[in-house]
Amino acid sequence: MAKITIDGRQYDVDETDNVLKVALSKGFDLPYFCWHPELHSVGACRQCAVKQYKNGDDTQGQIAMACMTPASDGSLFSISDNEAAEMRAQVVEWLMINHPHDCAVCEEGGECHLQDMTLMTGHTRRRYIGPKRTHRNQNLGPFISHEMNRCIACYRCVRYYRDYADGNDLRALGSHMNVYFGRDTDGPFENEFSGNLVEVCPTGVFTDKTLGAHYIRKWDLQNAPSICTHCSLGCNTSPGSRRGELRRIQNRYHGEINHYFLCDRGRFGAGFTTRDDRPRQPLSRSANNVLEPVAKDDAIAAVRQAIASGRAIGIGSPRASIEDNYALRHLLGAEHFVNGLSAAESRASHAVRDLLADNANHIATLREVESCDAVFVIGEDVTQTAPRLALSLRQSAKTKHFELARAANIPKWHARAVHEAGQHHYNPIFEATPAATRLQDITAESTHGDAQTIAQLAFAVASRLDSQAPAPSNVDDELLKRAEIIAETLRNATKPLIVVGTGLGDSDVVTAAGNVMKALTTANDAAQIFPTLLEANSLGMSLFDAPSIDHALTQVESGDVDTLVVNQNDIFERAPTHRVDAVLKNLKNLVVLDHSLTETTARADHVLPAGSFAEADGTLINNEGRAQRFFQVFISEGPIQETWRWCADLARALGRPVRWNGMDDLITAIVDELPQFAGIQDAAPSQSFRKAGMRFPRGTHRQAARTALYAEIDVRERRPEVDADSALSFSMEGYHGSELPSELLAYAYAPGWESNQQAITRFQDEVGGHLKMGDPGVRIMTSKDNGGYTKLPQTNSDGGGWRVAPRYHIFDSESQSARAPAIAERVNGRQITVNRASADKLGVADGDSLSITIDGDALSLPVAIDDSLGDQVIGIPIGSQGVSGVHAASQVEA
Amino acid sequence: MKYFIPKDSAAVSIGAEQVADALTVAAPDAEIVRTGSRGLYWLEPLVEIEHDGRRIGFGPIETDEVSGLVETILGGKPESHPKYVGRIEQLLRDQGQQRLTFARCGVIEPIDFDAFMAHGGTAGLRTALDQSGQTTIDAVKESGLRGRGGAGFPAGIKWQTVHDTPGAEKFVVCNADEGDSGTFADRMLMEGDPFTLLEGMAIAGVATGATRGYIYLRSEYPDAFQTLNEAINIARRHNLLGSNILGSGKSFDVEIRLGAGAYICGEETSMLESLEGKRGLVRFKPPLPAIQGFQSKPTVINNVITLSSVPTILAHSAATYHSLGINKSRGTLTLQLSGNVARPGLYEIPFGATLEHVINELGGGSASGRPVRTAQVGGPLGAYVPASHFDTPIGYEELGERNAMVGHGGVVVFDDTVNMAEQARFAMEFCDLESCGKCTPCRVGSVRAQEVIDQIVAGHDIEANADLLRELMELMAQGSLCAHGGMAPAPVLSALNHFSEDFGVREPAEIN
Repeated sequence: MAKITIDGRQYDVDETDNVLKVALSKGFDLPYFCWHPELHSVGACRQCAVKQYKNGDDTQGQIAMACMTPASDGSLFSISDNEAAEMRAQVVEWLMINHPHDCAVCEEGGECHLQDMTLMTGHTRRRYIGPKRTHRNQNLGPFISHEMNRCIACYRCVRYYRDYADGNDLRALGSHMNVYFGRDTDGPFENEFSGNLVEVCPTGVFTDKTLGAHYIRKWDLQNAPSICTHCSLGCNTSPGSRRGELRRIQNRYHGEINHYFLCDRGRFGAGFTTRDDRPRQPLSRSANNVLEPVAKDDAIAAVRQAIASGRAIGIGSPRASIEDNYALRHLLGAEHFVNGLSAAESRASHAVRDLLADNANHIATLREVESCDAVFVIGEDVTQTAPRLALSLRQSAKTKHFELARAANIPKWHARAVHEAGQHHYNPIFEATPAATRLQDITAESTHGDAQTIAQLAFAVASRLDSQAPAPSNVDDELLKRAEIIAETLRNATKPLIVVGTGLGDSDVVTAAGNVMKALTTANDAAQIFPTLLEANSLGMSLFDAPSIDHALTQVESGDVDTLVVNQNDIFERAPTHRVDAVLKNLKNLVVLDHSLTETTARADHVLPAGSFAEADGTLINNEGRAQRFFQVFISEGPIQETWRWCADLARALGRPVRWNGMDDLITAIVDELPQFAGIQDAAPSQSFRKAGMRFPRGTHRQAARTALYAEIDVRERRPEVDADSALSFSMEGYHGSELPSELLAYAYAPGWESNQQAITRFQDEVGGHLKMGDPGVRIMTSKDNGGYTKLPQTNSDGGGWRVAPRYHIFDSESQSARAPAIAERVNGRQITVNRASADKLGVADGDSLSITIDGDALSLPVAIDDSLGDQVIGIPIGSQGVSGVHAASQVEA
Repeated sequence: MKYFIPKDSAAVSIGAEQVADALTVAAPDAEIVRTGSRGLYWLEPLVEIEHDGRRIGFGPIETDEVSGLVETILGGKPESHPKYVGRIEQLLRDQGQQRLTFARCGVIEPIDFDAFMAHGGTAGLRTALDQSGQTTIDAVKESGLRGRGGAGFPAGIKWQTVHDTPGAEKFVVCNADEGDSGTFADRMLMEGDPFTLLEGMAIAGVATGATRGYIYLRSEYPDAFQTLNEAINIARRHNLLGSNILGSGKSFDVEIRLGAGAYICGEETSMLESLEGKRGLVRFKPPLPAIQGFQSKPTVINNVITLSSVPTILAHSAATYHSLGINKSRGTLTLQLSGNVARPGLYEIPFGATLEHVINELGGGSASGRPVRTAQVGGPLGAYVPASHFDTPIGYEELGERNAMVGHGGVVVFDDTVNMAEQARFAMEFCDLESCGKCTPCRVGSVRAQEVIDQIVAGHDIEANADLLRELMELMAQGSLCAHGGMAPAPVLSALNHFSEDFGVREPAEIN
């Protein structure tokens, strides 16, 4: 700790920080551009000038850049000093010389850091009369708009994109006054984290194209605290809406998960909620076999009829909330409820649940991943199934730079010098995946093989770490040698991390990771595990302890059941098509509650329009066992409502009492009945929570035109809707103070700081740290040691046959986001992949079409050669253009 | 008969090649040695002969004068030739020149290793190899040698830092990105006596523990590139470079890296970026390159002339070198005189001469014959020194007191027809064009300043705009990330302060 003086007041600060970070953390309004809490200092923009004094007698002082000045003990600074203030005003005046002053038509307006800083420095009159430099813009694909004329050359974009996200198709081109930030040619950014440029850019150079297509100002958006539903990591988001329509997703800071950044799937994947083909009315199949809208009461009556026989089974969903799934289970009975996962995914997800329980004290958060010094990724191509994790793994590799910098006495915030000190030295990441992944540029070593080979490698690593762990036999020397190296590295690491996932649909891979963890934690208490699952609530579904979808299909096949009630799920993603087809033919009733027109929805007899994350409240349990609440963003027009409300309506129709009238009752019921969910009631303040008697606003202070918003319907101002399920209000009214609970923070705004990434500073304990009121969510996994090592699984050595490796695609494999138009634009021509030897054996060349049969379903796609695949392994694309889900392809014929 | 004709690119640019060709025709039996330049540019193409064991010069020689010259020489009465200059050594002495760094330049064939040895080559390196690195560094410190690239930082202290920083790998980088207008000393030396530079780098390597050296050469010097490359190969053959330098068992080797035309890459931190293959953006200091330089390893970065001055310091003695010069500016300065001056060229003289002496005595006043009004000293970022300040002795602190700087030793002379407002604007155009684009004051301040000067020149609100210009310059000087933006205000402020009448400013600022 150090004591420094700013404007005459003394502060206790961390001497390893720089003065800018310290000043911002202490609440000073000190303007800056090029600095960013995750990108640190380069001292380029010269905006954060302060006065530094040698000692108490020094009245003259010297201008210093706060971001490049260490907060060393006893140092004296002034932010309010005239000369420093004049310098800051001058720098903004310079930056504004070329800026087009097009705020009125700029998408950044109202959340623009440049606007904020211009106001903050007091630059109000333009004196420069020379010409402005102009640029041509590029078409950067469906996600991001480009307007280079607004650029103030702070270099944040390239520093984020190249140095942080390791992309290389965005560069600084040109020089002096003519610096250009763009790609060599038009085209979408290749990096999967490009959307963050929208928030990293302090002005309107990079803006959200999906928002721009149907634009609204930040201050007119109605927001809610939400959780991304496009993978299992549970990144916090802030969706914004206007007049019952979702307009954009913005990052919502969470100190332990996503902090400042989202992946592009999360940011641009919400377009599925605004599709025209989405069911917005209850539908019933008419006499001429088409789905036609029906009145809500008629729909309820019809569905009541279908389920009243007691021969119905409910299919839950890993993309729906605990509440929705519980309500369906409650409606039809625990014995008539399946978790909606494929058999393979269900097994793997249950294995992850057990792995977390075994290691409850060793579960990493995404933020902790970034400081691990050796990583072993077992089986999962996280770049495609849990993308945000890949960005964190990149930071873990670069932690080495900070270590080397520390040894060379370079402060951690000195970005350029840290980078120079680090050069090409990275912390080791070992990957064992079916094929090369997009992390391969920073991996120390990659092993490629099918699930069985990967599990064997992991078991071998465990046995090398601890001789008590069972050692696999029949493992070839090459694999053993790798296991040796990996074990050695993990053993010597201070903070080793194991990453494992369910993407291969193989539970042995997960139990093998369990053995590695056991062996590691025996010797090193700092070892951590970070599992990934495939969907936002996969872990939550595994906690229900319900059978997989297989059970439901078997019940239909055996004739015990004649009605399926499907909640926000597509059965075709969970089992082979020919089997699902046969089951659906034999059904008497298919009831679907969904927000999307899936293949299952299209085959339904009755459709009840269920709310998506934007129209519902609910709890999701992420990959680390953290329960997090998402809140309804807007009330939609029409009868769209939460699945749990539909279930309550149906229960009432069946003449059963319904105990719950809102989220609080429902959650109490869940926790009472299913103690494994104890804790979810603390994921967010209850619906009755108030601060000083006030609710918490979804709207900003400045929401405009409230009286005119629905004027074409009724000129009288609408009474704001009342939220029956949460403590949030559907208006700008409510508590805006500093003690706003983090879980209820719908958007970030602070006086003078309107841009998301900068305003959040005022809600953090220190810049880039945790949220002052605590990071949202609560871990609900309780520790349960299963004792010894897991025994080795039986290996099948059929040898000759073809084996399947599922290949995921960030934009195609998660079916909700794949329906978003912007995301769909980024998917083209998915292929079956094989290595050259396999291709020769199959008699196909690169680009040829290949027809295979996988679990009885025919698949015909072009072939691409990928020599990172093992022999006899066929890479099958998972997603809309290949096989729609991972469901244990036991048999492949080529 | 032995003839000496420079193949220095400055001499070649005004016909040295044709003169040499004509000489092979006129005197087929003569031995023609192609040397570097003596730096007497007003005499180029200069033809020298060996006469009575002394070098006698004739110049400037036109091609059609060659046959006559040969006849005169063969006639035994060289002094009767109208272009007879006399003994060049005598001329240099009469001018007060002390050729230490440039002792061999123009005398020998640049890549003739035997001639290099015969003229005292490697004596400095041998001394360095016979003593500890610390002793060598002490000698460099004692000599008072300061960085000749422009910053004037004591070379010995920089070396000491590299010497004292632990590290398995250290580097010596020679900054040969001589981009300042009006400077040519680096080029002359690299073309005329490249072994001296290599020897100086080897000494730096031996003294600090570095084993690899890089010469960052601007691509606009193709002749220097070729000469250096040949010299490096020859030096390796003679163990001046390599894994066993001069049989000492120590190793040091040098490679050349070509720049790509950016002025800013002459700034040491962006030079390092460029050397590492990156975009030439400046780095914030600290860390100092001496501690974390090339590839984050301790690195000596010195200019060509600094490194080339070391061999003579070690070969003779630090005290000898230190005995020249004044106050804190010791040894010799290689002044490069150009612009509107009668006798342009390179003058290696001890510090302490006045600008008056250099420009009017040595340089012979303006070439146009009109009164000299000002001279820009120290390159495009150096101040314009008015004639009234020509009594200033040339020295780092002495010029500094007058808000001017020695820089790389370039002096560009202007007569009384110069418009200083235009010169001020040019300084900002230059700063703008050559800015790397990283920090705001340099990138935008320079553009803003051009616009303000334009307004002043156009007569709009002159006094207010002049104040604004001063304010701008002050902020650029204070706020820029590197010396490019930090020093660019100097020429503007000097023009505005000393020649306010050219801007239409009524009341000049109070200045010293």
